Amino acid sequence: MSLLDDFMVRAILAGIGVAIAAAPLGSFVVWRRMVYFGDATAHASILGVALSLALELSVFLGVVMVALAMAMAVTLLSRREYAIEILLGVLSYSALAFGLVAVSFISGVRIDLMAYLFGDILAVSQADLAVIWLGALAVVGLIAYRWKALLISTLSEELAHANKIDPKREQLILTLTLAITVALAIKVVGALLIAAMLIIPAAAARPISRTPEMMAVLAAVIGASSALIGLCLAYVIDTPAGPSIVCVAAFSFAATNLVSLASKR
Amino acid sequence: MSLIELKNLSVAYGSNVVLRNVSLAISQGEILTIVGPNGSGKTTLFRALIGSVNPASGRITRKSDLNIGYVPQRLHIGTTLPITVERFLRIQRNSSWQSCVQALEKAGIRELAQKQVSDLSGGQFQRVMLASALLTQPNLLLLDEATQGLDQPGSADFYRQIEKVRKETNCAVVMISHELHVVMSASDRVICLNGHICCQGTPEIVTSDPEYRALFGTGTGGQLALYRHHHDHVHDENCDHDHSKISEQ
Repeated sequence: MSLLDDFMVRAILAGIGVAIAAAPLGSFVVWRRMVYFGDATAHASILGVALSLALELSVFLGVVMVALAMAMAVTLLSRREYAIEILLGVLSYSALAFGLVAVSFISGVRIDLMAYLFGDILAVSQADLAVIWLGALAVVGLIAYRWKALLISTLSEELAHANKIDPKREQLILTLTLAITVALAIKVVGALLIAAMLIIPAAAARPISRTPEMMAVLAAVIGASSALIGLCLAYVIDTPAGPSIVCVAAFSFAATNLVSLASKR
Repeated sequence: MSLIELKNLSVAYGSNVVLRNVSLAISQGEILTIVGPNGSGKTTLFRALIGSVNPASGRITRKSDLNIGYVPQRLHIGTTLPITVERFLRIQRNSSWQSCVQALEKAGIRELAQKQVSDLSGGQFQRVMLASALLTQPNLLLLDEATQGLDQPGSADFYRQIEKVRKETNCAVVMISHELHVVMSASDRVICLNGHICCQGTPEIVTSDPEYRALFGTGTGGQLALYRHHHDHVHDENCDHDHSKISEQ
């Protein structure tokens, strides 16, 4: 395993793993306009970090549990006809603030906090890598298994009912995979930029896709290449790794949208 | 025998009686337009026809080979999901390519098969929904305010297609309209509903009338017609609606 001993190789593999998990899920986040939903769940993960450190649990488990609780709460609340974006904003930022306050009570993790907010992809261990890839496979597998039902209930709830599909059940699948993805991505891009890894590659794939499958696959390709290029840039010009990945993804978003605009002229 | 027959049907949600004593028979090949103000029980009547709501009293008799195709009120499909019309039709019922093409042809939009749903106009999208309802080769087609949001030439186009579908397949067509006075001219019957059947009759075809032209403009090709209400009954004091309002609108 000499190759995996190299921190750069592990970082690249971790980035690609997260990009693959984030692509199909991110496509649904874009199709269903759940951007805030991803944000709120990602921000809550800091609370999960604090909890795991306090209880000496695995960070992955703690984050999955808190993210799941947050995602479920948001799902339940969004079924009522509140001004949902206000509610999501309140939940999102208070989860982040409570998480930051909670972490401050635990001594000796002040330096670690930066790693959880902005990611620490260069410190990914072989065990982390295994968790990321297993988690990514679980997310992709679960979404692939429910693909058709998810698509129909995304098209329209009315159509879902007419086809004997329960849209609430499908929403639950997305809620679960979102919680897992957030826990996988926190080490790679950090809590503040997880939602970016969900949305930006999918949004970049949209103008050049003709089918939902094509969009999910292209989002994975764009996300994975952003991880690769971003990490190389970070290495060469010494920039923070997680934000560099997101910057590259943002450039690809601008590029595909400009290309599609130009071709429509 | 009628395709479906309602006898003295009443439907209530809790203590709120939405339909009272509605009797109605629909036979093969006829086009029936149901008009009525908001809250008059039009959609509930559809639900009763489909069988998704239980009557409080009365009887519904369905012919054994009744097959209902349903075109819902305008759906809002997000533009962020890339999907072709063909895929949109086939994903729901696992239909074959063959039957998908047939349904598109009947709806008059064979050429749209490979178009993106997000690129369709409102009128085109309604025809896709029509094609979707035609996939199961229904003998009764229900349209719930299918022309809502379309302009008059758009509605006229849609009606023309419905008439063609009826001619080709001899299916019965029942459509709900929120327009009280302008209906599809090919309607064999118009029913005005307001909790109960207020009046029924045939649409007046006045295409040559200059006033009609002024009202509908050109480009509707005689697909739209007026329906004059003739409420010939009075209500007791318990009735909470006022017929004069309908006639004045």
